Amino acid sequence: MIPVQPWLPMPLLSVLLLAVWLMLQQSVALGQVLLGTLLAIVIPLVTRHFWEPQPTIKRPWLLVRYVLRVLGDIIVANLEVSKLILDPRGRMKPAFIEYPLELEELFPITILASTITLTPGTVSANLRQDRRTLLIHALNTDDIPATIDTIRERYERPLKEIFGC
Amino acid sequence: MIGFYTVMEGVIAFFLIAGGAFAFIGALGLTHLRDFYMRLHGPTKTTTLGVGCVLIAAMSYFSLLHGGVSFQEMLITIFLFITAPVSAHLLAKSALHQKLPRDPRTEDDIEELREDDDEEETSGERRS
Repeated sequence: MIPVQPWLPMPLLSVLLLAVWLMLQQSVALGQVLLGTLLAIVIPLVTRHFWEPQPTIKRPWLLVRYVLRVLGDIIVANLEVSKLILDPRGRMKPAFIEYPLELEELFPITILASTITLTPGTVSANLRQDRRTLLIHALNTDDIPATIDTIRERYERPLKEIFGC
Repeated sequence: MIGFYTVMEGVIAFFLIAGGAFAFIGALGLTHLRDFYMRLHGPTKTTTLGVGCVLIAAMSYFSLLHGGVSFQEMLITIFLFITAPVSAHLLAKSALHQKLPRDPRTEDDIEELREDDDEEETSGERRS
């Protein structure tokens, strides 16, 4: 890990910015690397006051597994939602679900909320001010506790392990 | 004998058609579904995968054409997957704030949507 310096408040963000810059330019010429490095140093310095300290990723390998699982679920979600949209009888049981959060930090909650939106039949609608309840709208659900259990087991527990909290 | 390029052409065509189909179903969902909250599901899911499929096709096409891997499409996909849920979340949040009408079958016994006047005021303050 690169140590945090006064001129380098968020090393990981800087590395990410440089990588994205080089990918956007599709070149590793010296000029692009220099310009990218400059941006990777200046942007975090300018924006550092906007960032809250976030928990670090403790187990990157679990994160890889999580991303693969979510990608698979996105495809399943699409097929399910397509089926519901195309079903001419339109049998749907939409519901608002109050999901009690176990996660506490904002960054993992954000990832969880995004995952919920991208995966089967659910859109995260509101995070209550006390950060303990996430409001979810489900397109078609018969069994609200079962939906909550699925989200808990499939997404929230792995996220807890990844961030080690 | 079927050549490598013919197979790749087939694969690219498959992704293009699948992407188009998903995007179309997402658009259909916008017209067919009953209330605002249900309509949100269309753009967040089907359209995301639709664009994703088209971008996979574009990525394989340009990788074959120029050699090497083209990363830009992958970046577009990643940005899309990051931004789509956030905009959907904000749309849903503002819809809840305005208490938009729901489909009658919806189970909506939640504090955000209760109709009492004074509670509405306090919850409005809390959320703003």
